[in-house]
Amino acid sequence: MNAATVPVRRTDFDVERIRRDFPILHQQVNGKPLVYLDNAASSQRPRSVIEAIDYYYEHDHANVHRGVHTLSQRATDAYEGARETMRGFINARSTREIIYVRGTTEAINLVAQSYARPRLQPGDEILISALEHHANIVPWQLVCEQTGAQLTVIPITQSGEVDFAAFERLIGPRTRLLALAHISNALGTIVPVEKFIARAKEHKVPVLLDGAQAVPHSVVDVQALDCDFYCFSAHKMLGPTGIGVLYGRESLLEAMPPWQGGGDMILSVTFAKTTFNQLPWKFEAGTPHIAGAIAMAAAVRYLQSVGMERIAAYEHELLDYATARLTSIPGLRIIGTSPHKASVVSFTMAGIHPHDIGTILDTEGVAVRTGHHCAMPVMDFFEVPATARASLSFYNTFEEIDRLVAALEHARKLLA
Amino acid sequence: MDLKDLYRDVIVDHNRHPRNFGRLDPADAHADGFNPLCGDRLTLYVNLDGERIREAKFEGSGCAISVASASLLTEAVKGKSRAEVQTLFDDVHTLLTEHDASVDTARLGKLAALGGVREFPARVKCASLCWHTLNAALERASAPVTTE
Repeated sequence: MNAATVPVRRTDFDVERIRRDFPILHQQVNGKPLVYLDNAASSQRPRSVIEAIDYYYEHDHANVHRGVHTLSQRATDAYEGARETMRGFINARSTREIIYVRGTTEAINLVAQSYARPRLQPGDEILISALEHHANIVPWQLVCEQTGAQLTVIPITQSGEVDFAAFERLIGPRTRLLALAHISNALGTIVPVEKFIARAKEHKVPVLLDGAQAVPHSVVDVQALDCDFYCFSAHKMLGPTGIGVLYGRESLLEAMPPWQGGGDMILSVTFAKTTFNQLPWKFEAGTPHIAGAIAMAAAVRYLQSVGMERIAAYEHELLDYATARLTSIPGLRIIGTSPHKASVVSFTMAGIHPHDIGTILDTEGVAVRTGHHCAMPVMDFFEVPATARASLSFYNTFEEIDRLVAALEHARKLLA
Repeated sequence: MDLKDLYRDVIVDHNRHPRNFGRLDPADAHADGFNPLCGDRLTLYVNLDGERIREAKFEGSGCAISVASASLLTEAVKGKSRAEVQTLFDDVHTLLTEHDASVDTARLGKLAALGGVREFPARVKCASLCWHTLNAALERASAPVTTE
């Protein structure tokens, strides 16, 4: 290894202390210590999150917003308290703007069906980019089919950045919504969304951001961003699966019809007329994932105890190190080379299919994602059937990147 | 799990140098196979002499297991009748999925090299994709041959 090409490790980040908080990391996989590098698909949970779920079910569980009894009150307090934590996490103005959903996918579908569908006319346009996850493509295709609107796609560049000049040409009088990833899951590109939002505002076009990959790695402030909708999932930021948040600007949410009907989203029901509940409950039909919301807030508290800035700085060091080490492997091509990236490295290797890389790494205890990463248009653009992707979290170490590199060398010897 | 058992020399060789790789034009039948999970894509072509496969070729891209499996398939089915191909498919399927399988490895020939795949359940689809694709091609080849 050429010392000049590998960044010096400056970090004072106490990763070993962090790792002690994550029980799952301390195990052998196929006889080797686990190296978990599939964080962009789903992160792992610290003990405090797991304990929050246990504590809730062992002490406080009852249905929320229902009973006058003590447990129902405790459950409601914890559930609504979690909403305040989520509000603070993304700096929304009010908890009325924090809608609990199953995850990013449901959040985007909610906006597509409740916000976009009633407004779209034939010939109107929804603008997305070519680096979107399927979750930020398919809901718009569905609503376009339902309304006769058209889906317009901003191209990306060879480095995997959204082409701003093309965006300026594509946005126009028929654009009704701009829906963009904040950070690309397949490439790691950090999209300079502020620039896009500012231009969209000039056209009076509302903006939805898919923040699934952004919330675990950086400070997100929806007021500073000035976006209209922001969507994210708990399970990519140390929280449970099956819960996430739709942030919406209150004035827009107020004007939107409910998208699912049932209990909890109503104030009064007669067969003649139903009065819907206020925000945010108007969009939360049925008994929600109460434990999930509470544990998601525990995940936020954990992230904040470490500090989002420190997390971002350490992950950036990991990214620089991984990029330099992987680049040194003959035949390895990194897909997604934007100068502004989150800690995601997608790559291919000459003569070795990503699927084989995945299997060989797994026998070495190294977990990476292989495949199209729910972003088939991105794969088509780079003319690869699939990539292998190492996505790093702040509980990963430089030594684990060395293990990845050694395993890739092993794969190369075996198959290339 | 032993990698060497999955990537046996025969598999590595057929991945690096796939046999019967390319298009058959004209072909009596062809079919496309796609595994959306990993992006494996292949097209299988066959030419028939009555009930027998005279020639089989494939093209596409995929992992080492899917490419080697398709390459081995094109060699193995050459000259075989539909019924013999069906028997071979059943044997391969047993080999890929059943532990303690009693498959006549002599009958399988080089295809027996796929025996390591069953220890890697996520990879079984890679090895079987070409066989399902061959079935689709053969069904297609039979479709127009009705006498009604």
